[in-house]
Amino acid sequence: MSFDPIGQALSALNKLAGNELLHKYGLYQPTQKIAYRATKEGFRAAVAIGRQWKEAQKLLKPERLPKAQRKNDLFDLSISEDQQMVRDTAQRFAKEVMRDAAMKANDAAKAPEDFAAQFAELGLAAFAVPENLGGAAAESSIVTQVLVAEDLAYGDMGLAVAALAPIGVANALAAYGSADQQAKYLAPFAGDKVPVAALAIAERRPGFEPRELRTRARIDGESYVLTGEKTLVPLATSAELFLVAAELVGRGPQIFIVEAATAGVSVKDDPSMGIRAAGLGSLKLDEVRLPRTALLGEEASAVDYEQFLDRSLLAWCALSLGAAQAVLDYVVPYCNDRKAFGEPISHRQAVAFKVADIATELEAMRLLTWRAAARAEEGKPFHREAYLAHVLCTDKGMQIGTDGVQLLGGHGFTKEHPAERWYRDLRALGVISGGVFV
Amino acid sequence: MQLDIPKKLQGFVDQARAVGKEVFRPISRKYDLAEHEYPRELDLLASVLDGMNEGDAGAGAGAGKLKQEGRPKRDGNRNGTNMSTVLGLIELCWGDVGLALTIPRQGLGNAALAAVANDEQLKRLHGKWAAMAITEPNAGSDSAAVRTTAIKDGEYYVLNGEKIFVTAGERADCVVVWATLDPNLGRAAIKSFVVEKGTPGMTVARLEHKLGIKASDTATILFQDCRVHQSNLLGSAEVDVNKGFGGVMQTFDNTRPVVAAMGIGCARAALERTRELLKGEGYQANYGRALWSSSAIEAELYRMEADLDAAFLLTLRAAWMADNGQPNSKEASMAKAKAGRTANSVTLRCTELCGTLGYSESELIEKWARDSKILDIFEGTQQIQQLIIARRVLGLSSTQLK
Repeated sequence: MSFDPIGQALSALNKLAGNELLHKYGLYQPTQKIAYRATKEGFRAAVAIGRQWKEAQKLLKPERLPKAQRKNDLFDLSISEDQQMVRDTAQRFAKEVMRDAAMKANDAAKAPEDFAAQFAELGLAAFAVPENLGGAAAESSIVTQVLVAEDLAYGDMGLAVAALAPIGVANALAAYGSADQQAKYLAPFAGDKVPVAALAIAERRPGFEPRELRTRARIDGESYVLTGEKTLVPLATSAELFLVAAELVGRGPQIFIVEAATAGVSVKDDPSMGIRAAGLGSLKLDEVRLPRTALLGEEASAVDYEQFLDRSLLAWCALSLGAAQAVLDYVVPYCNDRKAFGEPISHRQAVAFKVADIATELEAMRLLTWRAAARAEEGKPFHREAYLAHVLCTDKGMQIGTDGVQLLGGHGFTKEHPAERWYRDLRALGVISGGVFV
Repeated sequence: MQLDIPKKLQGFVDQARAVGKEVFRPISRKYDLAEHEYPRELDLLASVLDGMNEGDAGAGAGAGKLKQEGRPKRDGNRNGTNMSTVLGLIELCWGDVGLALTIPRQGLGNAALAAVANDEQLKRLHGKWAAMAITEPNAGSDSAAVRTTAIKDGEYYVLNGEKIFVTAGERADCVVVWATLDPNLGRAAIKSFVVEKGTPGMTVARLEHKLGIKASDTATILFQDCRVHQSNLLGSAEVDVNKGFGGVMQTFDNTRPVVAAMGIGCARAALERTRELLKGEGYQANYGRALWSSSAIEAELYRMEADLDAAFLLTLRAAWMADNGQPNSKEASMAKAKAGRTANSVTLRCTELCGTLGYSESELIEKWARDSKILDIFEGTQQIQQLIIARRVLGLSSTQLK
């Protein structure tokens, strides 16, 4: 492991910052300033240039997408023609653009320069924006978004996160934003230049529990003041807008709209094990002063935080399906072609049964994800279903990831094959909160 | 897309649940202890089930109703008898798997008849309880290796051989027997015959003593120069080497989701009771915290529930495909594989989580943990399901992937 001076310094300073005595004797703030200076070469001010967020129109009330209508309540696994059309587009893009770009983007720990523009051409972001705000969404389309997320992740999970993170922000604004917030922040997602944006929930510590945030918001006159650090934020260093989860003292976790150009916001790259093409980074909030209108929904009760977490988890479940399907579709021809002891290794039960289990558990993951998505889209409770889908996708997705490498043997361990990347990508399910949102 | 149970089947599910709760549970331990004793309480129940099915022409549920439907018209979507049968059986097996297996006229043989019998046979055998006799002492999972012979003699076939593990073999009115017309011709020569009880040459040799599902009798049946009229042959009498096994194996695509359903019911019972018992100890498991900030016991409950729901949905999918005329061989095996292993692991884990309560005969959990083992074995073991799935996914034949 190479010596990382910033990491070492952060590590030492973090120990200091966690010290109760500092709080007790009022030494916390000065210490933070030292910490900030010491690390500012790592953290830098977030994108300062860019768009002016302003209301292009006036909304009298927030636009909420109506829940999806069904012909009847029969069990039905069929995919509608409209959904299939969108899927065809996403699948083509995954195959023609994403799969080829994946490894390079992995190495660079960010998506290629033109990727966002290419993806924007598909026009998918408009499906997150209600028609009255210039978008194309007439009703909730969580199932379609889940299908699309899988298809894009089939191309590459990291790039899929890069593509979908801004749409996730749009989804959240559509679901919870106030009229003014929607006019100001949501409408641009239907425009020519889709804002670069991401959800920031996760914090850097083992056993992170998204219901117990250390990022704090306090009320100070007409402002909210946010302090804390968020990790595993997609597009962190290029984003113009963040939705940040923070504990509002006395009111529990809330979501805040944070423009990247706000004073006190700094970002740094923080490449991780996998989904590197998503441009993962950390977001630091140092006494960031926000107007009272920055609280998503503008009321502390506007966002159902459990549902917010669930819709994010659902997006991750969908992404894991794409990566797991990519593993399956890769190992099948490999095991049929690869010969050992005079015959294809797929002729051996030890190999074939692993493939059978990959296929079976993948379907299991898919059905649990679809059930939760379908319930969410219809406006039914889906917390239990999303929770279980996430549990299964985390466990079985990782099993599929590791079996994928195993089936390729030593070759699977090398970068000659994408199996090792899927292995790294699929580990994300166990650690993630936020980032994407359907 | 919609993956919940439709309202129109909910009433049926509730009825089946009531049977599981009011009829099966109170006598569950009794027939676990009194192995081989006939559960006479079920005669009345069987009549009720018959009545429900007769009164509901074209719909209903049960082994005798299972079959692959034609394709619905464009945009059509059916939730039919395959789905209602698995849903009903989940509830019955939540009550007791062994008892569900010995409901008169709901045998696997009835499922075989529904799948492959012709109209004349269906009419003649209407109202009969049919068991299924496939396995032999030297032919278990390798059902193509059956050595019971059926030799043509005029209008009759003469059956000779020994069948083991025949569920309801003593209690059923007739037995669907797999036999080969010519052991040298392999699978294609294997045919199934209905043999009614009392046919000379067919005898029940003995009943097994088992680990679980003791309420269900498991018989060894001998055929000694047993003459069966040719009208009792199911399907085509032709030996078509190209067509192979299709006819007789077709039954399994319909019955595997049914056995998967048994596993789901059994494991649900265990998980539900375990949650109840743990709740008394302060374990909530209400999905309120991330997996890794829950207690180890709660995390285990979530994992079991996720696996069990996955098995449930895989089973519904297989049944839904059959209801909608979609070939479902791979999906039926996925359902059976997932449900079989999950039922077994969940019930065993529940025993463990409940400690001595889980292990004691004062609760039913230890019984469910014994009952569940067979569900990963009969109607195709875990490994047979994996073989079927693997061959389909890898595109391999049975000579390539043995």
